[in-house]
Amino acid sequence: MTLEEKVITIIMEQLDVTKEECKLEASFIDDLGADSLDLVELIMAMEENFSVEIADNELEKIRTIQDAIDFLKSKGVQ
Amino acid sequence: MQGGRLKRRVVVTGIGALTPLGNSVGETWTGICSGRSGIGGITRFDATGFKTRIAGELKNFDPLPYLNKKEVRRLDEFLVYAIASAEMAMADAALAIDAGLSGRAGVIIGSAIGGLGTLEKTKVILLRDGPERVSPFAIPATLANLAPGLVSIRFQARGPINCSVTACAAGTNAIGDAFRTIAHGYADVMITGGVDAAVCPLCVSGFNAMRALSTRNGEPQRASRPFDRERDGFVVGEGSGTLILEELSFALNRGARIYGEVAGYGATSDAFHMAAPPPGHEGAARCMQAALHEAGMDPVEIDYINAHGTSTPLNDQYEVEAIKTVFGEHSGSLAVSSTKSMTGHMLGATGAVEAIFCLKAIQEGLLPPTTNLENPDPACDLDFVPHHARKGDIRTAMSNTFGFGGVNATLIFKKWSA
Repeated sequence: MTLEEKVITIIMEQLDVTKEECKLEASFIDDLGADSLDLVELIMAMEENFSVEIADNELEKIRTIQDAIDFLKSKGVQ
Repeated sequence: MQGGRLKRRVVVTGIGALTPLGNSVGETWTGICSGRSGIGGITRFDATGFKTRIAGELKNFDPLPYLNKKEVRRLDEFLVYAIASAEMAMADAALAIDAGLSGRAGVIIGSAIGGLGTLEKTKVILLRDGPERVSPFAIPATLANLAPGLVSIRFQARGPINCSVTACAAGTNAIGDAFRTIAHGYADVMITGGVDAAVCPLCVSGFNAMRALSTRNGEPQRASRPFDRERDGFVVGEGSGTLILEELSFALNRGARIYGEVAGYGATSDAFHMAAPPPGHEGAARCMQAALHEAGMDPVEIDYINAHGTSTPLNDQYEVEAIKTVFGEHSGSLAVSSTKSMTGHMLGATGAVEAIFCLKAIQEGLLPPTTNLENPDPACDLDFVPHHARKGDIRTAMSNTFGFGGVNATLIFKKWSA
């Protein structure tokens, strides 16, 4: 499974959305119906799955699925 | 109010419930009238090594008609149950809260212990994985007042909101307070009731430590036996009950179907002990008297009492004594039953579900039974409608609930007539 596929699987599970809704440019809050607490939980799930730590100031920059993938890549996740 | 002190009359126009006997009022009431038991072995967790391994759990409940997967995952069960039974009650009342009604519609839902199960699981995560792994939903999913909070959001009820956290009386206190909120003019519609979903290790072991629960593990369906000589404690249950209350003219103007009228409410404190009732339970007697006073009724006007009747040695005997204090000679001709013999004790939900039983009894002219009353305790010598439901012309019904902390709450319902 590619990183993109892994990320989208987590998002589908956490936010109860379909694969079709998970376009790379989709915004968690505006397009995928997440609220601020959902976002925290989603980030926690990513931290757990990819063994990375995401600081609160980094979290603010993650608005879309592409942002999340780029961030994980910058942390060396394959 | 007729003969009473309140000016605005309040009627019940919608009911919804989830109980160990069924996932709707209809299924539950059919179970009650056929004397079925909802008690079985605990499946929510591995109860090996627990003194009590039986409970009244919901069966095959599917939350997805009421909530989406994300909501179910992030909420404690008690919140899921509260929303589901509120949906059923609102559908039953055929009521939509539009922008004009929003500020005149409120929510009061009680819960004894809120998200105790979530608290317990979160503590395990905290100790095992550290503070960074605690869910952002741990606090909101634990707070008891998120039950009325989420119901208010769902139906856009922006009037008064509150949550009674009065142990096993929580549902009754909620309905009583909602009734007065309408009677005193602060709202025209109230969504009210009680909920609990605490069949969890902390709850069962805690009540076990108090020696409060039945340990009749080999015979779950015979374990809750109110007023019986062999009773040995209550059986913890889970569930939710919701009632839609409306000011009478508001209900009539929209052509609502009316189940019955809320006639009076009583609330008192024992000021005695943190968990035990005093001999004779004078606080309960004063509570029933207070409800009669508000209803403007004489004791002889009560046809049926849905007792608190927990199946604990002290409660049942003292409740009978309190009923005799209030009703005197009439206690011999009253029908009194404890439906906890079939549902178990649903904690904060119990008062709301039993209020619904009172309304169904009035509506259908059917007295729900007390099951498992095989050897009545000589100290409990009222007409408990043993074993089988019985027909009767029921114009008025009283519901008692008492809680730890010395809380007593009583509601009186009556058949509605103009």
